[in-house]
Amino acid sequence: MADHVLEVKHLGKTFGKNVVLRDIDFTVDTGDVTCIIGASGSGKSTLLRCINLLETPTCGEILHHGKSIMEKGFNPSKYRAKVGMVFQSFNLFNNMTVLDNCMIGLTKVLGVKKEEAKKTAMFYLEKVGMAPFINAKPRQISGGQKQRVAIARALAMEPEVLLFDEPTSALDPQMVGEVLEVMRTLAREGLTMLVVTHEMAFARDVSSHVVFMSDGVICEEGTPQQIFEAPQHERTREFLERFRNN
Amino acid sequence: MPQTFGAKIIFILQNYGMTFLRGAGVTMVIAVVSTFIGLIIGFLVGIVQTIPTDRQQNPVKWGLLGFVRIILNVYVEVFRGTPMMVQAMFIYYGAAMLFRINMDMWTAAFFIVSINTGAYMAETVRGGILSIDPGQTEGAKAIGMTHFQTMVHVVLPQALRNIMPQIGNNLIINIKDTCVLTVIGTVELFYSSKSVAGAYYWYFESFTIAMIVYFILTFVCSRILRALESKMDGPDSYDLATSDTLAHTSGMTRFTERPEKDPKVDRFFSTRGDL
Repeated sequence: MADHVLEVKHLGKTFGKNVVLRDIDFTVDTGDVTCIIGASGSGKSTLLRCINLLETPTCGEILHHGKSIMEKGFNPSKYRAKVGMVFQSFNLFNNMTVLDNCMIGLTKVLGVKKEEAKKTAMFYLEKVGMAPFINAKPRQISGGQKQRVAIARALAMEPEVLLFDEPTSALDPQMVGEVLEVMRTLAREGLTMLVVTHEMAFARDVSSHVVFMSDGVICEEGTPQQIFEAPQHERTREFLERFRNN
Repeated sequence: MPQTFGAKIIFILQNYGMTFLRGAGVTMVIAVVSTFIGLIIGFLVGIVQTIPTDRQQNPVKWGLLGFVRIILNVYVEVFRGTPMMVQAMFIYYGAAMLFRINMDMWTAAFFIVSINTGAYMAETVRGGILSIDPGQTEGAKAIGMTHFQTMVHVVLPQALRNIMPQIGNNLIINIKDTCVLTVIGTVELFYSSKSVAGAYYWYFESFTIAMIVYFILTFVCSRILRALESKMDGPDSYDLATSDTLAHTSGMTRFTERPEKDPKVDRFFSTRGDL
């Protein structure tokens, strides 16, 4: 059996009587850039939040290198340090500067020395083009800049896989461009990424694998060519059609 | 003997100025120390009230925490719901009667005011924690922080900033409310004023001075707390690091003006904190 970074098996999630996810199956391997697309409310974000254990799945399994992350006694903090997450609303720590935002995980979670942590943080801040702003507080920078810092913060932990939860949905078109540019670079460099997005061009050009979700189930999945050029499913066609018209 | 209002005041100040000062000193020490201890109590109670637990995952922890929470709720409700003056009598004489503990003036004063402030602060801190966007907690969890680390490094510093106005309120209330401690014989500002007034039957003059001293104390404290608040907010502008970012000794340029926004508007927003 191949060693998958993440393997989702028959995952289900209900909120009360609301069934949000049903029988989700897919795998993420090292170097994959998987994009999850679909209409709002189709369960994409919930799926991502389940993978990072911000939500507890109702049934099914999530395996990280073959080990279930839902067993009793599993340490979610250690796991999350390896599986990074970037949020739609950035979630930068408002009480810290840009640099401290990127260092705190290294020093407090991984126990890295301060100087080392600073070097690592600076390396990734430079990568996302935010190095000049290390002394700024989150409230002093723009949305696109915040998201780039948030990406640097996640990267600084040097995760095995990085989850993106609609990273550009709260941004204006110009800022969307700067954030996507950073993500394209990361994809080229071989970072394993799992991206929930409404940016169809990004999904088409950058991803190695596309998953289309609808009403809590995976409707169709395949290579970007398969999904975007020859969608098999009626729903996928409808969804993509609407995007093309906009 | 002086006859006019002004002359009486000057007479009192000359002869009993030190009494007033000592009273004011006692009032301030009790108010500041008790507010601080109360804040710590409030933080501890507030944190316990907001620990997330899952009944299914950890039933023992859930049960234990539930029990502790009931006790803390009783504490908060009882001490918020009864007058401090009555509490002072109850605790001071109760301790003597039931446990044969004769508290001295300071112990009794600190104990009563702290525990009272703690009950109010507990709710304030809880509100402060709830006011922090859940995204902050999620962001912290997502980089692998434990609940404790998230609280200490991310949530509580921001909650503290948000409840600063309420802490100021509590300090000022405490400065004024220490006067109820006269019932257990604490020689603070009100007690001193009453003694001086009683010596000559100059009540109006004596309490005019007390009014002024109380006002000066509260006003100075509220200004100091305001200054502390804006210090916590940090500067409006930030240093823009130049190309060599690792060597922080290299030239840093002061980035004072933000071109796209009116600096006045900016300052206005930044004083509102990080809500």
